[in-house]
Amino acid sequence: MLSYAEKIREIAGRLLASGAVNMVIGFRQGTIPMMNEPHFAKNPAEAAKLVWDSHCGINLANYLTDRKEKIGIVAKGCDSRNIVTHIIENKIKREQLVVIGVPCQGMVDKRKIALKCPGEITAVIETETQVTATGNGFSQSFDKKDVLQHNCSLCIHRNPVIHDELVAAPVEEQKGIDRYADVRAVEAMSPEQRWKYFEDLLSPCVRCYACRNACPLCYCPTCFVDESRPQWVGKGQDPSDVRTFHFLRAYHCAGRCTDCGSCERSCPVGINMRVFTKKLEKDCLDLFGWEAGLSLDVRPPLDVYRPSDPNDFIK
Amino acid sequence: MGIEPGRLQFSWISSAESTKFVEVVTQVTNAIRALGPNPDFTKKLAEVA
Repeated sequence: MLSYAEKIREIAGRLLASGAVNMVIGFRQGTIPMMNEPHFAKNPAEAAKLVWDSHCGINLANYLTDRKEKIGIVAKGCDSRNIVTHIIENKIKREQLVVIGVPCQGMVDKRKIALKCPGEITAVIETETQVTATGNGFSQSFDKKDVLQHNCSLCIHRNPVIHDELVAAPVEEQKGIDRYADVRAVEAMSPEQRWKYFEDLLSPCVRCYACRNACPLCYCPTCFVDESRPQWVGKGQDPSDVRTFHFLRAYHCAGRCTDCGSCERSCPVGINMRVFTKKLEKDCLDLFGWEAGLSLDVRPPLDVYRPSDPNDFIK
Repeated sequence: MGIEPGRLQFSWISSAESTKFVEVVTQVTNAIRALGPNPDFTKKLAEVA
């Protein structure tokens, strides 16, 4: 996977030099370890800054909304599914895009590593299977598979679903993964337990909206939480407002979420708000046999009627 | 979400089904009255020292 970076730079340089695209969206080294940031390369020299490692977790489809120019975009499995969703929702045209597909082996969870290290991490180096974090007076190695982001360890679509270029041969998809054990655990709770569980889950929320901003699905010009006329939801820390925000945010992602994990990754207080979107994802799979972003030719379940749609809720 | 069962109800009523509308509204209102208020949904006023 470490050879990907060289190949990405080569493809990006070629696309920019030939004028096939006006911009390539990828990752560059972040200012602190394990935090790569998006990079928008507009000429071959800038393309040389592109990198690839296990800290490229942000979903780059987020930067495509309503762009007019021709764009080359580096896409993991989940990014590519969100690009498909963007195309289906008319937020970008397929003809504008050159998708540089990256067969992904999962991204590393910076919190898992930080928790296991005794101090501040100042440098991280990685090999194909291991990451080594060093800081003042310590150096610790981890197997990558032990410190993957939770969504990556459950991922069953690691290879890009659409691509024009591929930086390496497709990787083997994970088989026999139980994706919804955590959702079933919440479903099994009594209403009182569930209320308590969500109250605890959301209690650290500071309403910074990082989860919304990192999400490629959240592209409304004015979000319902920012509206003031009418004000749909209170702006303070009242638990009922925090809860309203999180549930409505999740519902807006129904049938669209690809579980890319950007929301959880970007959260400054580490809330796992993916339990909400995963429940909706599971329902879409159970009720409609739907997984978001796998095909450009099938309309999502929430905008088509099929005679076989479940309708037991009608009394 | 943790709302007690029965507090949230769904129904499909055509604009032509006025009697069904009345029936459903009456039935739901009675059912919710029986459940009583849900304090989880009320916002607490800021405590003033």
